[in-house]
Amino acid sequence: MMRELYTQIIMDHYKRPRNQGEIEGPDIEEHLLNPLCGDEITVYAVFDGDRVSDVKFTGRGCSISQASASMMTERLKGTSREEAEKEIKGFKAMMVGEMEFPETDDLAALKGVVQYPSRIKCATLSWTAFQNGMNEEDGS
Amino acid sequence: MYDVEKVRADFPILERMVGDKKLVYLDNAATSQKPRQVLEALNEYYTEHNANIHRGTHRLAEEATAAYEGAREKVARFLGAPDFRGLIFTRGTTESINLVAYAWGRKNLREGDEVVLTEAEHHSNLVPWQLAARATGAKLRFVPVREDGALDMEAAERLIGSRTKLVGCIHASNVLGTINPVERLAELAHEAGALMLVDGAQSAPHLPMNVEELGCDFFACSGHKMLGPTGVGVLCGRPEILEEMDPFLGGGEMIREVHLDHSTWNDLPYKFEAGTMNIAQAVGLGAAVDYLNELGMENVREHERRLGKYAYRRLSEIEGITIYGPKEDRTGLISFALPDVHPHDISQLLDEEGIAIRSGHHCTQPLMRRLGTVATARASFYLYNTEEEVDRLADALVRVREFFGAFA
Repeated sequence: MMRELYTQIIMDHYKRPRNQGEIEGPDIEEHLLNPLCGDEITVYAVFDGDRVSDVKFTGRGCSISQASASMMTERLKGTSREEAEKEIKGFKAMMVGEMEFPETDDLAALKGVVQYPSRIKCATLSWTAFQNGMNEEDGS
Repeated sequence: MYDVEKVRADFPILERMVGDKKLVYLDNAATSQKPRQVLEALNEYYTEHNANIHRGTHRLAEEATAAYEGAREKVARFLGAPDFRGLIFTRGTTESINLVAYAWGRKNLREGDEVVLTEAEHHSNLVPWQLAARATGAKLRFVPVREDGALDMEAAERLIGSRTKLVGCIHASNVLGTINPVERLAELAHEAGALMLVDGAQSAPHLPMNVEELGCDFFACSGHKMLGPTGVGVLCGRPEILEEMDPFLGGGEMIREVHLDHSTWNDLPYKFEAGTMNIAQAVGLGAAVDYLNELGMENVREHERRLGKYAYRRLSEIEGITIYGPKEDRTGLISFALPDVHPHDISQLLDEEGIAIRSGHHCTQPLMRRLGTVATARASFYLYNTEEEVDRLADALVRVREFFGAFA
């Protein structure tokens, strides 16, 4: 059971998070709090034209939220705005069981979280932060 | 002699399995489990006596009223309240404190007045006062929490003064396990001409209680944390103060006479019990209080004191663990952290061993900031927990450490 949720891949992203840190002068800087547990995350991104040229994150949280944030940065780097939006919507659909996880991607490791409704918010926190950041960018 | 196995036999839920593991329930500070006696009281009430109270002139209404008012007297006696008119049923501690913050606070607080609270308050004894302060212009001041988890009483003596109108304090911390010197705070409050409110959510279930001896003017607690059903709690207040307060909720039962343009209020405690009350839940709380009296609160306290001490020792043996709060004189709950394992991951991994604990900010975000963290893991014990369960917790925590360590 323990191993089903806490896979090697999740633990690897948790212990060695990719793209952790701040970005100076970002196009997106979005801070989000998980009101359930007080965990917090800040997502930074810069665009080169329409492409996400860099994504980073800081914050503290559980293994699921940190690993998911790390995977998100890898997934969204290099995408266009439209692709990023699609990725985020797709990920959220996976987390509520409405879409299949891609088998060849690290994201598949988060499959186990779906069975734990209280932890889904942990997994989606960074993705929602990125999405909010893009929405605010549109609005400004 | 306190026979914990005999106690456990009264709690059917303790027999259940979580997966293939026997449940170890250590989230009692969130809510307690219910003994058969309480479940039967609820069932009997609904099966045999259910009716609306106070207004009916039929047999069932009289029986329901007697059961409800009987529960009021039981709870008043349990808390050492001399006058049952000061015992108001609410939905829980949160509603009780909101009642005071609205019905007393909005009437009596003015710009320049101060409400003194502590850094350790549960959000339920903080946010209602923020709202009252915003509405009246009064200011909130806070007694700091020292490094060891105790209140800085020297600071309290400086903070409580002529501007102070009310002092509010959590009696037993839901995070640190500290038992705060509310008697002394009540003295300081009264010397300054202020009122004293005690949040007893974590003390009433665990300590012998006497609100007269505490010297407080308001005492709030929740039924569901002391073996009773959810949806019922208590505000215990001095009748002479409650008399002077405005009503909280308006509606049926709380009135004496109603005209189209004005109304007059019912006597205490009914002035504060608008609409159809949580009758069955109050009756269930009465049964819970009977159960606690049967065991004896001194015995309950002694059992938890011994168990808490044992747990403190067993958990202290775990390498790298941080235990928050004082070492001695605490209630039976322990907040802790393991290096490099988030509290959420701890509670998730323990769940897989059938062990229920709580992780998070425990509705005390300011205290978490004071402790320099965002979340802790918390194991909280009650009258049915055993040393064996503490051992299962300690052993499981060692495995959690090893599991996370293996990925380093």
